[in-house]
Amino acid sequence: MSQDFRLDNVGMVNREKKISFKFNGKKYFGFEGDTIASALIANGVHLVGRSFKYHRPRGFFGVGVDEPYAILQLDRNNERDPNIRATEQEIFEGLEVKSVNCWPSVNFDIGAINNFLKMFFPAGFYYKTFMWPPSFWYKIYEPFIRMAAGFGEASIKHDKERYEHKYEYCDLLITGSGPSGLASAYAAAKNGARVILAEDKPRFGGSLLTSDVNIGNQTGVEWTEKIIAELKSMPNVTVKNRSQVFGYYDHNMLVMSERISDHLPKTQKYLPKQRLWYIRANEVLISSGSIERPLVFGNNDTPGVMLSSAAKEYMKVYGVLVGKKPLIFTNNDSGYETAIEFKKNGVNPIILDTRSNPSSDIITEAKNLNIEIRFSYVVVAAKGYKKVKSADIAKISDNKKELFNIENIECDCICVSGFWTPSIHLASQSGNKSKFNEKIDAFVPDKSKQKENTIGSANGIFTLEETIKDAFDKGFDVSNKITEKNNKVSAPTVVEKKSTDHDKFWCVPLPKGKSYKRFLDFQNDVAVSDIELALREGFRSIEHVKRYTTLGMATDQGKTSNLNGLQLVSDIENKVVPQVGHTTFRPPYTPVSIGAIVGREVGKHSKPTRKSPMHSWHEKNNAVFVDAGVWLRPRYYKQGNEGLFEASKREAKNVRQNVGVCDVTTLGKIDVKGPDAAEFLNRVYTNAWLKLPVGKARYGVMLREDGIVMDDGTTTRISENHYHMTTTTAQAANVLSHLEYYLQLVWPELNVNVVSTTEQWAGAAIAGPNSRKLLMKLFPNLDVSNEGLPFMGYKEADLFGVPAKIYRISFSGELAYEINVESDNGYFMWEKIMEVGKEFQIQPYGTEALSTLRIEMGHVAGSELDGRTIPYDASLEGLVSKKKDFIGKRSLNRSAFTSTDREKLVGVVPIDKTTSIPEGSYIVKDPKAKLPNPKLGHVSASCWSVEYDNPFSLAIIKDGKNMIGQKLFAMSPLKNKTIPVEIVSSHYVDPEGKRVRS
Amino acid sequence: MLYINCPHCGLRSQNEFAYGGDATVKRPELNKEISDQEWDNFVYLRKSPRGKHLELWHHISGCRQWIKVERDTSTHEIFKTYKANEAIE
Ligand SMILES: [Zn+2]
Repeated sequence: MSQDFRLDNVGMVNREKKISFKFNGKKYFGFEGDTIASALIANGVHLVGRSFKYHRPRGFFGVGVDEPYAILQLDRNNERDPNIRATEQEIFEGLEVKSVNCWPSVNFDIGAINNFLKMFFPAGFYYKTFMWPPSFWYKIYEPFIRMAAGFGEASIKHDKERYEHKYEYCDLLITGSGPSGLASAYAAAKNGARVILAEDKPRFGGSLLTSDVNIGNQTGVEWTEKIIAELKSMPNVTVKNRSQVFGYYDHNMLVMSERISDHLPKTQKYLPKQRLWYIRANEVLISSGSIERPLVFGNNDTPGVMLSSAAKEYMKVYGVLVGKKPLIFTNNDSGYETAIEFKKNGVNPIILDTRSNPSSDIITEAKNLNIEIRFSYVVVAAKGYKKVKSADIAKISDNKKELFNIENIECDCICVSGFWTPSIHLASQSGNKSKFNEKIDAFVPDKSKQKENTIGSANGIFTLEETIKDAFDKGFDVSNKITEKNNKVSAPTVVEKKSTDHDKFWCVPLPKGKSYKRFLDFQNDVAVSDIELALREGFRSIEHVKRYTTLGMATDQGKTSNLNGLQLVSDIENKVVPQVGHTTFRPPYTPVSIGAIVGREVGKHSKPTRKSPMHSWHEKNNAVFVDAGVWLRPRYYKQGNEGLFEASKREAKNVRQNVGVCDVTTLGKIDVKGPDAAEFLNRVYTNAWLKLPVGKARYGVMLREDGIVMDDGTTTRISENHYHMTTTTAQAANVLSHLEYYLQLVWPELNVNVVSTTEQWAGAAIAGPNSRKLLMKLFPNLDVSNEGLPFMGYKEADLFGVPAKIYRISFSGELAYEINVESDNGYFMWEKIMEVGKEFQIQPYGTEALSTLRIEMGHVAGSELDGRTIPYDASLEGLVSKKKDFIGKRSLNRSAFTSTDREKLVGVVPIDKTTSIPEGSYIVKDPKAKLPNPKLGHVSASCWSVEYDNPFSLAIIKDGKNMIGQKLFAMSPLKNKTIPVEIVSSHYVDPEGKRVRS
Repeated sequence: MLYINCPHCGLRSQNEFAYGGDATVKRPELNKEISDQEWDNFVYLRKSPRGKHLELWHHISGCRQWIKVERDTSTHEIFKTYKANEAIE
């Protein structure tokens, strides 16, 4: 395809570098520096999509972030990137994009039938239509809405691109490199401030790239280049293009999304696609400029109708004509700039100016160039379906109510200018409640809420001279506050032709007998008639009108529609715009890819992975790992073709019969030291701690103040004022915070210090009838007899030259010991245990076997201590001291906690002794009872008892103590199972606890 | 994201801290007879003021000290921060 609409030698794209790309499967050429929009327009392509509701043809409306129409889907490296604005995405060799929201193709779209059914799609259509009957929702309404909704398809595959996060601090962040941004950055940087200047486009300069102005005897482009070059050379300045500051958060934290390789053909290794900057700025200057306001007339959404500033930018920056028979429709001088640019490039435009008798230098210039200008003229309606072919135009009365002399004139584009809307989004996000400026008929920022100031056209300053002067002053003032320096540079002189006068007129009335759709919100298809309907139906608050009609709720956040919507509401209601008020802007200013927000925190990188010092041994010995919080723990050690069930059964059985070893490094460990340590533990735990002798361990339970069990574990008195506390793996961090809370805030008089030692110690639990024999061989010089090292005893000894701590504690219910060595010696300890244990048939066991062992012993763990149980529920009431006070004790007296029918821990065995009971099953009396079946409680943990070779479960059921011996049912609606069961004691194995004391 | 001036460490971003609730709540003394109502007030009842609020923050990824922060709950303005045992002005 030839680029029929490309101008020779105009614009800033690189003519040396031709680039091919595909749009909807068809190949096109553009130049380096083109966006998809400019390259397609150069090729005469204007039809790029279908509208959201009516599936009307969509072209290009703008040239930047405000684009409501040209949203495409990018396919690259087999990945899909939806929600790409064609006006922002630069082309690269091999780029492939396609239209969204159309089927089967953009040229023939079946959904366009909605356009002919539009009387059935008024405002609030979804609310009204899809209400009844409720049974239609799942099968008919929802699938229909889902099919019709949304732009593009997200990929379900893993995104292989790399996204990064960066944290930055600066004295001054400036958001936008137009005239005010450049001037303030220059003034502040020269005064020594650390400045970040962010520009969302590839090129710096903003309006200076397209305005016919003169600054300090240079063109806007020349001045921009000079300032940017100087800023880049300064060490205190960071200048970033393709970087959108999209969010203004608390305490002057702003977030910026930098597109690093979106415009490059192939992602280079190590080069991220995008980078998210979290910038904590001392001060912010918002220089985000303004967006041209559309004019509203019949069929104003037809491809070929676009903003006049966009048409100008396509010519001046990209060297592309949006049409060869342009109609310029304006209520201010900006349209003249576009017309003059057309004329300079050999195209004859016609200007329709709504004003009756305006005058300015630029109007004179247009007249001198013999450009046809009609004053008091309007476009009534655009004609043409997939592209503008002509326009009905008319003379309009001075009161702007009557249309005369309607005629049809040929044109291929209509460039509209309804004056300018300051981009106040960032100021609004910072908390600044904007105010209405009647001179410009738009909102501007009011009082600064955070440390922010808005400058240039974003603040409603539309003359270049004032913008430059004000920005130099602000840049100096703000930097002066921070650096306390006085290096002031003077502002250059400025020459500009256009005036800032505009006509207070935006919406062309309908001619008699015509019912053209006049669109306000181009992305969500909200027309004048929808707003009128909403008001007729009684919606008054602008927030309600917005939600009912979806005005301004599209991905462009109403950048081009908000003010025209407000103006219309105020006209109908006979109010002024500030009385109608306006909605609040929220981040992000432009869509941000989820990848950028997530950054590198993907998959395994989303949290650290903690491994014990013995991890590599487990790996070498076929361990299958399980996530335990952020820890990786061996779940079982696979032998041959074993699965989880067989392996864990073998491992558990070996503990009951011989001896097993389990890596318990992950248990939380906290050192508690100080003269008041005993008193502190006595307040933290429910049982008594004051009399625990040195060299002894004790099991303890701690509560939250509301009486719920928080955690359990053993704590050992290492020396007079030194305790070694253990916590469960999951609660380790919470317990430490809990202890710190009481020591620092509640009882600061206690002289105690706590510190986490989890990572300092590697732990191995050896359990089983052979464990003492193994211990004797591991510590030949130590008396490990039942008298020398009794149950709950503690000893320090030497393990083949390595200092070790031995705790005689047991979770499995067998005779057991836990050996701790310094982490660095963990692997050595483990190998020694395995080596020496060989003759006693030692086998390592994982968390699954550990779980089996504790369940059949009736030892509680996380599934019973689930944040709902008090000590009584978990059969831990024997550990609750009646004599002393402790954290949470007072709650245990509350009536709900003393009631007799609380759910309590019991054991459950299936009557048939073969059917395993799914965890989470309900225990009920009558499986056939009317639903919802009254439940007695639930099954918290299940295992295959290796002691009795049948299934066994723990359950927490109402009045559990008195239920023992009863025949009930375990029901799992999820697994569709009903199992007859018998309730037994939770202590299924060795109820007297002889083994641990043997 | 808030910028919190830890009295021990200086200005740090909010993501280093854990929120700890109302700092004016006082735990009843140990071994003291109190009514159910008093105990419930301590365990459950919290004011949720709009405006100035003295609250606890735990510098969990920093010095691990609990600190008190006087913050406006609607504007997020932080007026002053205190060490755990410092007198509140
Ligand atoms: Zn700190």
